Amino acid sequence: MTVPLLAVTGLCTHFHTRAGVVKAVDGVSFTLEPGQVLGLVGESGSGKTVTGFSLLGLVEPPGRIVAGSVRLRGQELVGLPTPALRAVRGRQIAMVFQDPMMTLNPVLTVGRQMGLALRAHERVSRAAARARCVEALTRVGIPDAGARLDAYPHQFSGGMRQRVAIATALLHRPAIIVADEPTTALDVSIQAQILHEMRALTRDSGTAMVWISHDLATVSSVADRLLVMYAGRLVEEGPTAQVLRTPRHPYSRGLLDSLPAAATPGDDLRQIPGSTPSLLALPPGCPFAPRCARTSDRCATPPPWVVDGDRAHRCHHPLETPP
Amino acid sequence: MTGFAIQRLLQAIAVMLVMSAIVFLGVYAIGDPMELLIPPEAPQDIRREIVARFGLDRPLWVQYLTFLGNVVQGDFGRSFIYNMPVLDLILGRLPATLELTLAAVLGATLIGVPLGIYAGYRPDRAGARIVMALSILGFSVPTFWVGLILILTFAVSLGWLPAGGRGATVELLGTQWSFLTANGLSHLLLPALNLALFKLAMMIRLARAGTREIMLTDTVQFARAAGLAETTILRHHVLKLIAIPIVTVFGLELGSTLAFAVVTETIFSWPGLGKLIIDSITNLDRPVMVAYLILVALLFVTINLVVDILYAALDPRVRRGRTA
Amino acid sequence: MSGGASPLATFWGNFVENRVAVVALAVVVAILVLAVAAPLIAPQDPYDLAGLSLLDARRGPGHVGAGGYVHWLGTDAQGRDLVSAILYGLRISVQMGLLAGMFALIIGASLGITAAYLGGRLESLVMRVVDLQLSFPAILLALVLAALLGQGKGQLIAALVAAQYAYFARTAYGAATAERRKDYIEAAAATPLSGRRIVFRHLLPNCMPPLIVVATVQIANAIALEATLSFLGLGLPVTEPSLGMLISNGFPYMMSGRYWISVYPGIALVVLIVAINLVGDQIRDQINPRLRR
Repeated sequence: MTVPLLAVTGLCTHFHTRAGVVKAVDGVSFTLEPGQVLGLVGESGSGKTVTGFSLLGLVEPPGRIVAGSVRLRGQELVGLPTPALRAVRGRQIAMVFQDPMMTLNPVLTVGRQMGLALRAHERVSRAAARARCVEALTRVGIPDAGARLDAYPHQFSGGMRQRVAIATALLHRPAIIVADEPTTALDVSIQAQILHEMRALTRDSGTAMVWISHDLATVSSVADRLLVMYAGRLVEEGPTAQVLRTPRHPYSRGLLDSLPAAATPGDDLRQIPGSTPSLLALPPGCPFAPRCARTSDRCATPPPWVVDGDRAHRCHHPLETPP
Repeated sequence: MTGFAIQRLLQAIAVMLVMSAIVFLGVYAIGDPMELLIPPEAPQDIRREIVARFGLDRPLWVQYLTFLGNVVQGDFGRSFIYNMPVLDLILGRLPATLELTLAAVLGATLIGVPLGIYAGYRPDRAGARIVMALSILGFSVPTFWVGLILILTFAVSLGWLPAGGRGATVELLGTQWSFLTANGLSHLLLPALNLALFKLAMMIRLARAGTREIMLTDTVQFARAAGLAETTILRHHVLKLIAIPIVTVFGLELGSTLAFAVVTETIFSWPGLGKLIIDSITNLDRPVMVAYLILVALLFVTINLVVDILYAALDPRVRRGRTA
Repeated sequence: MSGGASPLATFWGNFVENRVAVVALAVVVAILVLAVAAPLIAPQDPYDLAGLSLLDARRGPGHVGAGGYVHWLGTDAQGRDLVSAILYGLRISVQMGLLAGMFALIIGASLGITAAYLGGRLESLVMRVVDLQLSFPAILLALVLAALLGQGKGQLIAALVAAQYAYFARTAYGAATAERRKDYIEAAAATPLSGRRIVFRHLLPNCMPPLIVVATVQIANAIALEATLSFLGLGLPVTEPSLGMLISNGFPYMMSGRYWISVYPGIALVVLIVAINLVGDQIRDQINPRLRR
């Protein structure tokens, strides 16, 4: 049996606040193979971003990984001392954030910032570093990269800024990229472009991706497999096409129904009633029960994780597969 | 832009005119300088002659205009006490004050910024709490009291450093400087430390507030995700981001430190401008008081002018907002 | 706002959560009591020159003087008991700080609110002067005014007020203009309410919280400024021995090791100022958490 590129098992990341313990990530497991794109979907506050940060050991106090394991090619990352983790960050696993306005430092030139990221792992001469940065920028489709290296982030458009962030993440040709809503802050026309380019870049280099998003439409166009998160837990997993066609969990169904494409023109979009529960006061059973139309008495007990071949779900009353 | 600068310059000149009038009236009209110059037993005709010689029999506005005319030509009159032109007196004392002020502000920045970054980077550590307690003390405890304690500790009890004076100096560029000799440096240390404490507290707070804010941003998380070491993040990303407010405050504080130097120079008998103004107040040396005040006002008006124009040059919105 | 409890009770509930601030407040109250009760509890009347003996001059802490009691903190150059001198000194310092702070508050707040309410040329003139003054160090202004006006309680208070009113004016102006922009002032102006009602019912109450914060800080500053001026010989006359003057009187003797004459009054001064500032910090944090530093 081969060791997967990334194996996450029973990951629990909790935040110890004055109001109580927030279980932002509570028992998440999945594996990632080279070149695979995993879509991590859920509403805001479902724990998907914290999951992403946990992979790189970037959770800040009061948050802490309290249980579970993250293995990169068999090497345990949880509990690794910071210098060893730093050697992984950027080189093995890189990350792209939501808003390039917020991630790039406004007072440093793009070349300077990329240079810092490059020299975090490699000792290279100034000229060699410049050449590498130009190459990375060219790869993500920034014209005249050599001249743009001395520009400041505010001199780039939103889409170009995100390309710079992506180029920075690709500098060391990492095995995995964690992309946290990388297109949400962009214009719709540019979203599709960036989406397409990232897919192409990773396919060419065999890079695996964890694509985090609240937007099922975006994710489904890039991801091979989907992971649906709700209140810190996985509620459904499966190949993208299958989950989209026949969702098992009522929450996945709800997410699908709230997509504009699912509605008949003229009808109102169907919303999932209610809102995400407070992670401080979760019901003892299924956390989705208060918003679910299919509840019964059984939903007062935690539903088990049911694995069925290529797919899995966590529901007492899964939706039937249409014949 | 040029229009804005000219308008600001005219405003500054108007302010200087008003200030000079206030200073002139304040110092010359409250109290009678003749009481000092003429012995009370002097006969009436001698009194009248002296009054006429100083032009004090003329209307106030004529006196003011004469004074103004002289000032524009760089003539602030002669000191009663030192019997020399006031401008020469002031220019002679200026280097000592500049040396002290620069040493204090530079020291405060070089020590305060790293401490503040540390306190903002790890706000919950005991060390950070100590730094913040220090900065609260630096803000609250009066400068003169700190000066006394410094003298008591390092000069009287331990005997390590001298309690006052400027020590040996070396001539450079035509003026005397203390910092170039070991003895002079030992004399400079305590007063500079005394003067620096308030600025130090301020630099700590500025750097801490900036660092705390920046550490929570995605910029830092993105740099961490790229594998940058924490020290690299602090040195390159954070320091560069907090530099703008710090440089601004550094410039502005140079001016106000000159004012604080009054207290420090008195305690440490540092022969600078501050000591001169206190001496001239106690000796009622009015030409010196007037000249000092006008020069300080000029300094502040100039700093304000430069800051205003720089801000306008950097931010077009200021230009439109202020002139409207 | 938590429902039910009065805002003041909520405020107090939050205040007592900070132990340092509670201790500081206790110190401030204790010093106020000591200052008020000084004539009753001081072992000696430091103003009564007949009660002083030069034989007791410059004695160290613990000396038993002609009065037959222990000078716990020693005596000064005139043979004055330092405990008594400090109690009376606190009385004067606190008095000066409160008076200067109060007048600066009244004058500054009136100017700021008037400027914000009337607007126009008066507004730009007043605020221009205030801003100019704020860029000018308060200590220098107070120093010059104290020198020009001469010695005396009234003159010194005038100098302190002139140096400090601008902070209140800026604060009140900021709060009042922010308030004025809100719709309800315009609504109130549309209904036939007198201008006085708008100022006193709407503008003033909303300016109070930030003004209280500035007032605590400025009272501490006024006490420090007064002490500094008195130390430099430009403050109160010799007949009003404030803490600053006690420190100044002891300064020449410090070089010969008679530290207590300066040091103990200084400690009293520092404790007073730091305690007021700590209380002020906590009030500021509670009134405007965004300003927390």
